[in-house]
Amino acid sequence: MTVDAARVQDALSDVRDPELDEPITELGFVSGLEIKGEAVHIRLRLPTYFCAPNFAYLMVADAREAILSLPGVRWANVILDDHYASGEINGGINEGQGFDGAFPGETEGPNLGELRSIFQRKSFVSRQEKLCRALLAGGRTPAELARMQVGDLPPTDETEKYLERRADLGLDVSPGATLVVDPDGRKVPEEAVVEHLRFARTVRVSIEGNAGLCRDLLATRYGLGEKEEVKR
Amino acid sequence: MYEKDGEKYFVVDGHIHLWDAGPDNRNKYGEGFINCFYDYHKNLSPEEWVWPKEKFDKYSEEDLMHDLFETGYVDVAIFQPTYLTEFFPHGFNTTDQDAVLKEKYPDKFILNGSFDPREGVQGLERFEELVDKYNLKGVKLYTAEWKGDSKGWKLSDPSATKYLEKCVELGVKNIHVHKGPTIWPLNRDAFDVADVDEAASNFPDLNFIVEHVGLPRLEDFCWIGVQEPNVYGGLAVAMPFIHTRRHYFTTMIGELLYWLGEDRLLFASDYAIWSPKWLVEEFVNLEMPQSGEFEDFSELTPEIKRKILGLNAAKLYDIEVPEDLQLEHAGTGPEVTEKPAVDLPT
Repeated sequence: MTVDAARVQDALSDVRDPELDEPITELGFVSGLEIKGEAVHIRLRLPTYFCAPNFAYLMVADAREAILSLPGVRWANVILDDHYASGEINGGINEGQGFDGAFPGETEGPNLGELRSIFQRKSFVSRQEKLCRALLAGGRTPAELARMQVGDLPPTDETEKYLERRADLGLDVSPGATLVVDPDGRKVPEEAVVEHLRFARTVRVSIEGNAGLCRDLLATRYGLGEKEEVKR
Repeated sequence: MYEKDGEKYFVVDGHIHLWDAGPDNRNKYGEGFINCFYDYHKNLSPEEWVWPKEKFDKYSEEDLMHDLFETGYVDVAIFQPTYLTEFFPHGFNTTDQDAVLKEKYPDKFILNGSFDPREGVQGLERFEELVDKYNLKGVKLYTAEWKGDSKGWKLSDPSATKYLEKCVELGVKNIHVHKGPTIWPLNRDAFDVADVDEAASNFPDLNFIVEHVGLPRLEDFCWIGVQEPNVYGGLAVAMPFIHTRRHYFTTMIGELLYWLGEDRLLFASDYAIWSPKWLVEEFVNLEMPQSGEFEDFSELTPEIKRKILGLNAAKLYDIEVPEDLQLEHAGTGPEVTEKPAVDLPT
């Protein structure tokens, strides 16, 4: 089976910046894609030379895994350019050393699982806020939200994104499950829904603000001309 | 001092530098560091304020005096040293370097020091000497600074506790903290501010000014800001969003006022990444929309702006504010109704 660029792009669009909660393809982080028979070569770039190495590592590792999961791909080579730890990260991933092996003596405890989980929880909170905001704008009251179940949700983009992240956290996504829960799956009581969403909003503002800045910095760093090029 | 529409504003720039990042004082990491700053500068400044890269690498005392005091409305500026000697052999900007200008213009500058808990007992002695020499009232700590094999430290480290105890003893009451992208252990979130929370609880007599209002972790910063009354937000790096990303800036200020209130936010330009003139002008012009997603934010009154632009910092550093620029005389802003405190969800 031959590998085509569209399918590689599609696989890469499932790879997200864990901190910004957006696909690396939409953020403009994928700068090169080359297919030679059963081998795929990808180049990645980031907004700054000092972007946090742990997130950088996760994106390179996830990109490699996404490509290797495609039928017909035997080799995947993902190279991160222009980063202070490019050498360690590229070596660590393409030689299978893991993050600890790439940065010996500079890590402690579990690999990057815990870090990923923290940001999945933030992403969950933010996506829940977006969904609830849309529901409130559509006329629902906070009291109604508190009583809603997953099965009551309209089939929208916000619903899909929310349920995807909810499933990532291992939370119940069955139709009878309570809609407004915290990242541990505990029901938020009716009287606490407004406050819960108020703080969730700060999380969402933060993630969206960071994503906007990163897009702009990437454009400035690589002279992408019109900033609009990397904006949605 | 800035005056607009009959309102006067005393301006304290809470975060400035006079750095040397020229080619003869940097390694490849230093080059990466200053290039990164330059991209921030280019991206967030109004076009007419963008400097050539050579000037940005190393600018003069005259540039600084002109941009802050002659045209920038600044009454007092606070030097926040950033040593970074692993990247810049002679230091990026050290307290001793900053002291040259402080000696020339003693009323215009506040000098801050720094310490690195990884320097142990000897470092503690050197820190005490530095404080005595310059009569320091504040420090700037960059927890992601590299040292040998180490990439960063935490405020909650036992070694850091000893330094904070020394700060209490010496009357160094303002602890400015800046998080960076690399911190040990590297597999954790480098921008996590939980260590500031712990230190602020343990040292209620010290003020912890989280630089850049905790960006990119605004939400974590707001969280600790609500818990700890001695945590403040420094607006360096946040301010320039006012120009290119006004919607985000307005939302962010709204969030900060909602969670922390108007008494714990400090204006800063982070000169020379940005210049205070346009930041002050645009901030005074800013109004909080009272509709849609902004409707639960408080109004941005001249009184609130006066506090953020200078009076809050003046309080922390015991800066004498001229009679006519104090809160009660500088204008006739409407009374502000404070929002009731909100308990965070647990």
